[in-house]
Formats: sequence, C-alpha cells, structure tokens
Amino acid sequence: MVDILTYVEVALINSAPGILYISWCFIERQSIVKKERPVNLDLSTIQFPAAAKASILHRVSGVIMLVSLAFLIWAFATSLSGPEGFAQVESIMTSFIAKFIGWGILTALGFHLIIGIRHLIMDMGFWEELDSGRASATASIVISIIVSVLVGVWLW
Amino acid sequence: MVREAGTFGRSGPHDFILLRASAVVMLLYVLFMVGFFASTADVTYANWTGLFSNLWMKVFTLLALTGVLVHGWIGIWQVLTDYVKASGVRAFIQFVFSVGLIIVWLTGLFVLWGV
Repeated sequence: MVDILTYVEVALINSAPGILYISWCFIERQSIVKKERPVNLDLSTIQFPAAAKASILHRVSGVIMLVSLAFLIWAFATSLSGPEGFAQVESIMTSFIAKFIGWGILTALGFHLIIGIRHLIMDMGFWEELDSGRASATASIVISIIVSVLVGVWLW
Repeated sequence: MVREAGTFGRSGPHDFILLRASAVVMLLYVLFMVGFFASTADVTYANWTGLFSNLWMKVFTLLALTGVLVHGWIGIWQVLTDYVKASGVRAFIQFVFSVGLIIVWLTGLFVLWGV
C-alpha cells in the first residue's frame, strides 16, 4: 500500500527535487502508521448529535408500533365484535399494565409522527443546515416528550 | 441481480413516494381519531360501532390500514437492510413482518365488513 501511494506521488512530482520529497514522504508515512492515534472509548463523553437521536428514535418507535399492531388489531376486532367484546377491551384498559402498554404505544406514535413530520419538511428542502437541522431535531424530540406526558395525563 | 427483492415498490424512488404518501394518509387518520376521542367524552359500544358503520369511515380506516401495510413493509425493509447483514435471517424477518402486515390488513377488512 505504501509503495503504491508513494508511486503516485512520484508521478505527481516528476522532478529532480522530487527524489528528496519521495524519501521524506516514505518516512513520514511509516511514522504515521506507527503513531498512536487518539482513541476515545469513554462512552460517557460521546454523544449522538440531536439529528442522529431523532433518526434512531424514529426507527425504534416505528418498530415498536409494528410489533404492537398485533395487540391493536386484536383490540380493534374484539371491540367491534359485540357488546361483550367491547366490555372486555374496556375492562382490560382499566388495568395499570394495559394502560402503561397503551401509553408506550401512543408515545411511540407521537415520536414517530412528530419526527416524521420533520422528515417531510426536510424533504421540501428546509432545515438542512447544521444549526437549523440541530434545532429542529431537538424541537421535535422536546415536543414528542410533551405529547407523551399529555397522553399519560389523558390516560390516567 | 434482483436488487429490489423485499421492497414494496418497484424501485427506490417508488418506495420513497409510497412511504411519504402512506405517511400523510395515516397522519390524517391519527388526527381524525384524536379528534374523535377528544370530542367524545364517553366512548360506548353504541357510538364506537356507530362510527365504524359509516361507509366513509370504513373506507377511511381501510385506507389507513393500507398505509400501515405499505409504510410498515418499506420501513422494516429499511431497518433490516441497515442492521441485519445475514441475508437469510433478513429475508426470514422480512417475511414474518410482511405476512403479519397482510394479516392485519385482511383482519381490518373483515372486521369493517361486519360492523
């Protein structure tokens, strides 16, 4: 690899002083390869940028809702099957665990929807700069958290 | 080479459009349902079935479920192609989700049919 790169540089320089430069390059390259590079594996000091957080939250919430479809379609079918079925779903939804699961699904929906709207707006060419992208990602996450709290208040 | 295997549309741009079109349909449906629950103080069996017995509501619901089918299919494909590198495992998970989504769509159809 070093030989190939050096060869390219020879071709680029193609002059008498170049010989000196080539040998300098060769030494420099070797020292770069051997040099200890800064490594940061302290995970507490590494943070995703806001846009990456928004992106991963969008994906995670999407998969959560996809899995929860099994429960949702059951609740939909049962609640419309007759008065007994409706009463059954209604009584299940009074338990804490069912409410908590429902809250989780609606929270996932809120995150997915709000971050999704940001994606649609970005498709139109807005918020593509570093500052506006960061601000809109942070805003979408903050709004989603507020919606999640409101959903909790509504459920309990 | 069948590069499009597993996607919903026939090409990347087609998937791109389908994903966004289905998102808009489902967004409208969610807003409607939020409106329904906000305006209905006590959801009873009578007004719940009353809502879904309307023809327009059946169409709207099935439209939203079609959105779920398309959006879920493409969405899980995007996630799987990024994180699951073993093609056999990826194909299996995609199969499970795709069949599940079709089951959800068909269940919705027959439930709506009977209301």
